[in-house]
Amino acid sequence: MLKVRSLQTFYGRVRALDTVSLSVRPREIVTLIGANGAGKSTILNSISGLIPSREGEILFQGKRLNGQPPEEVVRLGICQVPEGRQIFQPLTVLENLELGAYLRFRKREKREIRRDLETVYALFPVLEERRQQISGTLSGGEQQMLAIGRALMARPALLLLDEPSMGLAPRLVLEIFRTIRHLRDQGLTILMVEQNARAALKIADRGYVLETGRIVLQGSARELLDDNDVKRAYLGRDYREFAEGRM
Amino acid sequence: MPAFFRHHLLHVSAFALLMALVPFMVTSRYYLNLFIFIGIHTLLTLGLNLLMGYAGQISLGHAAFFGLGAYTSGILTVTYHVSPWPAMGAAVLVTIMVALVIGVPTLKLTGYYLGMATLGFGIIVNICFRELSGITGGPSGLVGIPPLSLGGVVLDEPRYVYYLIWGVTLGALAVSLNIVDSRVGRALRAIHDSEVAARASGVDTARLKIWVFVVSAAYASLAGSLYAHFVTFISPSSFGFMFSVKLVTMVVVGGMASVWGAVFGAATLTALPEVLAAFHDYEILIFGFILMVVMIFLPQGLTRGFLDLAERWRFYRRGIPAAKV
Repeated sequence: MLKVRSLQTFYGRVRALDTVSLSVRPREIVTLIGANGAGKSTILNSISGLIPSREGEILFQGKRLNGQPPEEVVRLGICQVPEGRQIFQPLTVLENLELGAYLRFRKREKREIRRDLETVYALFPVLEERRQQISGTLSGGEQQMLAIGRALMARPALLLLDEPSMGLAPRLVLEIFRTIRHLRDQGLTILMVEQNARAALKIADRGYVLETGRIVLQGSARELLDDNDVKRAYLGRDYREFAEGRM
Repeated sequence: MPAFFRHHLLHVSAFALLMALVPFMVTSRYYLNLFIFIGIHTLLTLGLNLLMGYAGQISLGHAAFFGLGAYTSGILTVTYHVSPWPAMGAAVLVTIMVALVIGVPTLKLTGYYLGMATLGFGIIVNICFRELSGITGGPSGLVGIPPLSLGGVVLDEPRYVYYLIWGVTLGALAVSLNIVDSRVGRALRAIHDSEVAARASGVDTARLKIWVFVVSAAYASLAGSLYAHFVTFISPSSFGFMFSVKLVTMVVVGGMASVWGAVFGAATLTALPEVLAAFHDYEILIFGFILMVVMIFLPQGLTRGFLDLAERWRFYRRGIPAAKV
């Protein structure tokens, strides 16, 4: 569904991505894990067109995405939930959701948009309760739900999630991740960047591990969860315990 | 369109009726003129508010677009004897072209840089008005601009001009309300809040910013033409930096991102200098002070600020402590 081939992205003269290749198949959750600054968000931003990529190729359902502006990428069926949620704080919840369907408003799909609104409300009932509320006054978890809901309003085939668990209470992380899995079961394809590697790998089908702009490891989520290097570096296993071979 | 009728028709018609009655209640020529200027300034503020209040793009050179409208109308009618209405249309077209040429490169900038670029643009245009004496009449200005006429009636009576200008302004008000309520209006506010997120939602932010810049320039141009045909004399000093600042003040005082606030801000800041005529020399000082007080105590502008105060008062009377905003 999505194929990225030897992608290189630069910030000025600094190389942020070094020949990254990855693929996402329909109806799977793929997660990118890695430390801060490894280039996880850069991959998502390159796919969605927010950052231009210099080398390599991004193919989505056979179409080249390189050089396409973000709105064209959205039109083709990829929608990103940016890091830190980035909901439109002064706007109401409903206005945020309507903005998600921005490109579809032009196509006069009013009835379908209303139906999608119902779907999002069914997924996150709290958003319906608060639809007239200024979205800046929502709690962190509600804002994340709104950010996901807004992306779904664009009717994407592929959803890009950038750190959906950021700054959320553990119980909410669980709820968001459960929703993500539910969306996959409904037929959505998801590429997700996560700091919370353990939680991400638990719901993911496959994963890629990034280090300083390179993919150093890839495999099924199960394999990565069991991999010793991954355990040591990203899953928070006590380093001494590991070093002394007690695990 | 249906949404517009549902939400605003009542307010707009009530306001239109009120404004229609003004010439019957105000007989003094001086006050009628004041109301005409409020109309012109409202038209300008409505446009600038779309750009600044909604899309969050500052323009410190809006007097230039006002001036381009006025001068194009003036030059075409005085020097080339074009009749006023076509001249007005030409003025809007010229201004749109200039706004496009200026907007495409400058709207890539944000924040202070955009402020500085538009400031520079405003100053350059003003210098052109002043120095191209062969075309613009130079510092002494352009005299003898003919008044507009409608259906064979020459609109040289303040009362006629009043109806014409407020007719146009109310039309612009309705258009503004319509834009703000549409998907484009939501997208403009989204750009104001987070350009990245707006792009990620599929909004072509670059194009939309240029679009709103051009629309607000067109409003200003229209106001400029109306102004030129009303006062029949224009000179560069009416279109300088100070006037740009005054327009920004009107938007801020009335309330950013509030269409009715634009009306209120324009009215307040147009009437105020007349009330404070005795302090004429300190006008700009008083303006600055008002801007500061509003920014500190009512950062959302007078309109929103008063509504909030009223709400607190209602809660207070019912004995419910108001939430701190």
